[in-house]
Amino acid sequence: MTRLQIPKTYKLFIGGKFPRSESGRTYRVTAAKGDFVANAAQSSRKDARDAVVAARSAVGGWSGATSYNRVQVLYRIAEMLEGRRAQFVDEIRQLEGASASAAASQVDRAIDLWVWYAGWADKYAQVLGSANPVAGPYFNLSVPEPTGVVAQIAPQESDSLLGLVAVVAPAIVSGNTVVVVSHETAPLPAISFAEVLATSDVPGGVVNILTGSPAELGPWLASHADVDALDLTGAGSIDWIPLEAAAAETIKRVVRPSDDLDGSLQKIAAFTETKTVWHTKSLI
Amino acid sequence: MSFLEYAPAPESRAILSLRDSYGLFVGGEFTDGHGDPLDSISPADGSRIAAFATADAADVDAAVASARRAYDKVWSRMPGAERAKYLFRIARIVQERSRELAVAESLDNGKPIKETRDFDVPTAAAWFFYYAGWADKLEYAGLKNPRSVGVAAQVIPWNFPLMMLAWKIAPALAAGNTVVLKPAQTTPLTAMLFAEIVQQADLPAGVVNIIAGAGETGKALVEHDDVDKVAFTGSTAVGRSIARSAAGTRKKLTLELGGKGANIVFDDAPVDQAVEGVVNGIFFNQGQVCCAGSRLLIQESAHDEFVERLKRRMETLRVGDPLDKNTDIGAINSAAQLARIEELTAAGVNEGAVSWAPECSLPDEGFWFRPTLLTGVSTSHRVAREEIFGPVLSVMTFRTPAEAIAKANNTPYGLSAGVWSDKGSRVLSVADKLRAGVVWTNTFNKFDPTSPFGGYRESGYGREGGRPGLLSYLTEEKK
Repeated sequence: MTRLQIPKTYKLFIGGKFPRSESGRTYRVTAAKGDFVANAAQSSRKDARDAVVAARSAVGGWSGATSYNRVQVLYRIAEMLEGRRAQFVDEIRQLEGASASAAASQVDRAIDLWVWYAGWADKYAQVLGSANPVAGPYFNLSVPEPTGVVAQIAPQESDSLLGLVAVVAPAIVSGNTVVVVSHETAPLPAISFAEVLATSDVPGGVVNILTGSPAELGPWLASHADVDALDLTGAGSIDWIPLEAAAAETIKRVVRPSDDLDGSLQKIAAFTETKTVWHTKSLI
Repeated sequence: MSFLEYAPAPESRAILSLRDSYGLFVGGEFTDGHGDPLDSISPADGSRIAAFATADAADVDAAVASARRAYDKVWSRMPGAERAKYLFRIARIVQERSRELAVAESLDNGKPIKETRDFDVPTAAAWFFYYAGWADKLEYAGLKNPRSVGVAAQVIPWNFPLMMLAWKIAPALAAGNTVVLKPAQTTPLTAMLFAEIVQQADLPAGVVNIIAGAGETGKALVEHDDVDKVAFTGSTAVGRSIARSAAGTRKKLTLELGGKGANIVFDDAPVDQAVEGVVNGIFFNQGQVCCAGSRLLIQESAHDEFVERLKRRMETLRVGDPLDKNTDIGAINSAAQLARIEELTAAGVNEGAVSWAPECSLPDEGFWFRPTLLTGVSTSHRVAREEIFGPVLSVMTFRTPAEAIAKANNTPYGLSAGVWSDKGSRVLSVADKLRAGVVWTNTFNKFDPTSPFGGYRESGYGREGGRPGLLSYLTEEKK
């Protein structure tokens, strides 16, 4: 007799915990061939707002951590991802219908991209910042600081894991916290990724993952006054222009849709603010 | 005779040879505009300076088309080293004509000649000098494969007309873009003198286009389909509508918007310097500065003495003729701005603040407002939350550094802040925690082309100055 499998209940990831949607809603996740795989939580406006609260409360600790500490915490996540490699490959094959080699290649790229970004945590300020030779007796430094809370729509077309990594990593490496809406029809790698985060050293609330409809959640995040930046990288397939327009209300920083998932220092810079400090030098 | 009584020392207007009317500057020539012409007046006495043509939608089209042609055919193809030489040339002509520009600016804007002579115009020249040298070094700016963006639409405010023009045009041209710039409705004069400088420098036609006009002209310009980059300095309300209109376009956008800067004075601050810095922070340019230190946070134990010292210093400020070399505080730029300052200050008093201003006579004509101190302000008062953009300082207190930081950050803005303390370690850690794009410690209102300037949060995004200021006009081409 074959053993009966135990299917997993997929939930949201908010503030380091795995709640169900407060709305009680779920939606069917199916394999590429159409078979039922799981019921995922269908996030609501309230879930989005709870996630923003969690993200906001995590900003101080995460952005205040030393950069060396952030590098290690982020690298640790790559170690955990590597350990679950097979699980991610299976999920991607099942949901995206990818071949074994394509799925493996996506997971490899995602892990390597994560490691690439992790190493920037203690370097980006050095490369993006500057000592400014002003014409006067002042010590003048410009340093990039994290913008704050970034709301993100992960890529929706394919690359359910790589796309998530490609938006989350550049945002959090500098000390931002994020609320990310995962791939809608292939959300399972995102929730498995949440399990990686939950068992790593990244503080709760730094990454908050919502499953469900980007089209439904986008407007609430774009108009939320406590969100500092809106990353629409993965929003190309939804009606994203009203989201950028809504973000204007509180002068959010906006990244427009793109299918470029490669690592880039400019993607880190997009969610930083340059602070310039002038210190007086005494005349001696 | 007290030391405050002094003989007038007006700067002569003879250096100016203004035209009676100015056209639009499009394609290297002064052309007719088809909007309603506007008269620019001197805010110090209401007298007419000159008439200025304004651009209607068709004129905006023509200006953008001129910039596009110059971009495609000339400027984007020119070696950076050649662009650099044009910019150095412009910097030199600005220096050579600096006296004339300073007089014109004081006349048109109402700010004291000592500021235009010693700050606005030299800073404008410095901006061109600095960015000139970047034009042939773009590969060092921090992008893997830097490319110019294209045609830049630039809309600037009336508070530093020539300097804002320089902040916009210099980096745009260095990076290889062409521009259409709209000066503010009330201060088009130095922009048109700059157009003459562009002609003297033999800059290729259409690289710089300057069109005067009101809000509709600016709107037509920033919403134009053939514009690739929009740079705006002005109010947060207008910035918001520009950001909304740019949604869904390819336009790269930078915004430098309002502020409500906190100037934090600890009880161990060097008092004389702090008093000077606080006065400079709020009364420089009549307080019509987006990064003004308009909220003074004084440590409670030092409050009474500091306010007394501040009042004593304010009594020596000389308010009057902008062209007088003795003048500290000139005219408010326009009747509309004066009305806003009066309205908000009255609201502060209505909400319970105590208003104090030195006894000083004000001219009969023009737009004037005494340097004013509002004490007993609480964080919920409008004068603690809204940008007054005038010579009005709201005073509050704090007890601990944590409270000072919390109060300073308690605003949707995030442009500037000041910290006054003799304790270096405290200054550094407070500066770390302030959510502001520029933090001045034991100084205030310092600017330099090498030093990035711009806001956090609703004070805008993008930087002007330094390498980040250049990146505002570059894009990374994917190889």
